[in-house]
Amino acid sequence: MTYLITGATLPDGTTTDLLVDNGVIAETGSSLSQSGATVIDAAGLTALPGLVDLHTHLREPGFEQSETVLTGSRAAAIGGFTSVFAMANTSPVSDTAGVVEQVASLGVRAGYVTVRPIGAVTMGLKGEQLSEIGAMAQSRAQVRVFSDDGSCVHDSLLMRRALEYVKTFDGVIAQHAQDPRLTLGAQMNEGALSGELGLAGWPAVAEESIIARDVLLAQHVGARLHVCHVSTAGSVDVIRWAKARGIAVTAEVTPHHLLLTEDLVRTYDSRYKVNPPLRRTEDVMALREGLADGTIDIIATDHAPHPVEAKECAWDEAANGMVGLESALSVVHASVVASGQLDWSDVARVLSSKPAEIGRLSGYDAAFVVGSPANFTLYDASASRVFGTEHLHGKGVNSPYLERTLPGRVMATIHNGYATVLDGELLDAPTVAESARVHRG
Amino acid sequence: MRHLLSTRDLSRDEAIQILDVAEDMADVANREVKKLPTLRGKTVINLFFEDSTRTRTSFELAAKRLSADLVNFSAKGSSVSKGESLKDTAQTLAAVGADAVVIRHASSGAPQTLATSGWIDAAVLNAGDGTHEHPTQALLDAFTMRRRLHGAASRGKSLDGLTVTIVGDILHSRVARSNVWLLDTLGATVRLVAPATLLPADISTWPVTAGFDLDDAVDADPDVVMMLRIQAERMHAAFFPNAREYSRQWGLGDERLARLRPDTMVMHPGPMNRGLEISANAADSSRSTVLEQVANGVSVRMAVLYLLLSGSAEL
Repeated sequence: MTYLITGATLPDGTTTDLLVDNGVIAETGSSLSQSGATVIDAAGLTALPGLVDLHTHLREPGFEQSETVLTGSRAAAIGGFTSVFAMANTSPVSDTAGVVEQVASLGVRAGYVTVRPIGAVTMGLKGEQLSEIGAMAQSRAQVRVFSDDGSCVHDSLLMRRALEYVKTFDGVIAQHAQDPRLTLGAQMNEGALSGELGLAGWPAVAEESIIARDVLLAQHVGARLHVCHVSTAGSVDVIRWAKARGIAVTAEVTPHHLLLTEDLVRTYDSRYKVNPPLRRTEDVMALREGLADGTIDIIATDHAPHPVEAKECAWDEAANGMVGLESALSVVHASVVASGQLDWSDVARVLSSKPAEIGRLSGYDAAFVVGSPANFTLYDASASRVFGTEHLHGKGVNSPYLERTLPGRVMATIHNGYATVLDGELLDAPTVAESARVHRG
Repeated sequence: MRHLLSTRDLSRDEAIQILDVAEDMADVANREVKKLPTLRGKTVINLFFEDSTRTRTSFELAAKRLSADLVNFSAKGSSVSKGESLKDTAQTLAAVGADAVVIRHASSGAPQTLATSGWIDAAVLNAGDGTHEHPTQALLDAFTMRRRLHGAASRGKSLDGLTVTIVGDILHSRVARSNVWLLDTLGATVRLVAPATLLPADISTWPVTAGFDLDDAVDADPDVVMMLRIQAERMHAAFFPNAREYSRQWGLGDERLARLRPDTMVMHPGPMNRGLEISANAADSSRSTVLEQVANGVSVRMAVLYLLLSGSAEL
């Protein structure tokens, strides 16, 4: 399949044509032509490297009523993603080679994005015994990221061992930093508003104390640590301190923590219930600054689809989580690009090359260079839309952005040289699956 | 007024109007026939997801004295305990034509969710939601204070200048929250006294002063001391060491009672733990308003039902 993209603006601001052939960028420059190529007019569109989400819940196997690898992959593609890392809290838990290989092969078959499974750190996410990290690393799924996300690896000794053990396989522990005792029954950020609303508080210190312990453990054993969904100003400070000490820590922030604040909880609308919780305006500002100065390395969605009934209930009975793949780029645009804190080359770094590097995903280190895999998305930054359920393409409709006006729109996504999104619309599943099959050869 | 979800939303005029209508309702209770035909043909549902014989009975009496048809829909022994959701229950009640739903729920915000969800069109009365609010309790407390102060001349009066000290488990108390907002709206000055573990983490936005020392608060000569019920499970979660220590530090015992003015009101929303947060003498003294609070609860709930359902009163 051959595509000729004309007049695209690259993240660095330069304009170029891109010839895509055989899965790679075949040629760049101006006034390219190629007979037989499908021409995509990208005048006025921003070309970004294929987005990489280090934190996605695809829910399969086990929770197919919430999402499947296929439906989550479709949500990812329309959001401009070409690769997602699938969290391990499936059923059965992704704690064996068999499960991670199943998830990976479902991703290959769907073809919309590259699906890299994340392995559980502990068996059954129970925090008691290490899972078969080596077997998962050496499986066909080539797992490099290990996480008990949803639960914190709370036991200090187990966390130390996990950090040490994954070094063997060049892996990384992605920690869900939440002290379980300090957050018993917690419902929202602890502060003035939680007191008023009568919702049990989720103190910032429950996150910050775990991060502080973990960076010291990582330093002690000389291991890599990745901190999931950082949500407080204090966490940014701890990570900044750790990086200054040379500790090998990386950190992520979600789009929703860059845009939304706890004030939304006043509505008791459970679409705003998420783990970690929405925080204060001061925290949002500190997260944006941390992202801009490199303290926070990447943005990851924590896309967490739930069936309608899990949210249509009283606040404390509702499930935690928001869908985020479809809206991520627009929310990043609205929160940190519009504010001038990130430019598009920064976006390319925090949403593509850096998450790929942390997850040891190859092919994302030299975007738009001749010979590199053709994974990119074309984004219309001048568009604006009232976000609605018609813009969601996974199974979940638990988006906090419904009825909000968001900037930008993904117009095309190219994965491994074939299109998954064209003219702003998803290509159908059989077409994409066939393209993927042809690409595999 | 479409719903009554919290006292925080009530204006001063609205609050005083409710209390004034409650005065009229209290007069009814003194008649030989304690019943008005006002809400004949209206259906009120008591939807209680939590046990509360006192509040449920009070609303039941209030509705019946206004001639409304009242149905108790209790979580125990109904489909609710089999896992039916708030949504399904609400739609069921809508289908049978409820005009008002009195809801008690263990989840903060459940009445607001019910009122704003579109599942049901009825007026929603919050009869206590989690640790959020219990607006009719605060209204009956204010009504009781006003009557003690002004007696038969209460109509139209506020609580300007009154000093109220609320003591105990503020963190988990919906009664305290509703009282804080309403008392402030009505012009009273509120002081909170509790161990630091039982005060919310940040009350800088609340219109109150707060302290840890009950003796200081007693010596400050308050007009009202409101004792909150302390629940045994708090001890197990390390909020305080044990009942003996709590009682010693934050209980209204005989010695502290004796230091209060003879006309200082001692209030308690009930049910009381005698000997823990309040001594028997304090509970039974002439200062105590506990039984008046119970009686006034019916009048206040009649007033709220009347204002929400009669359609004639503009609030």
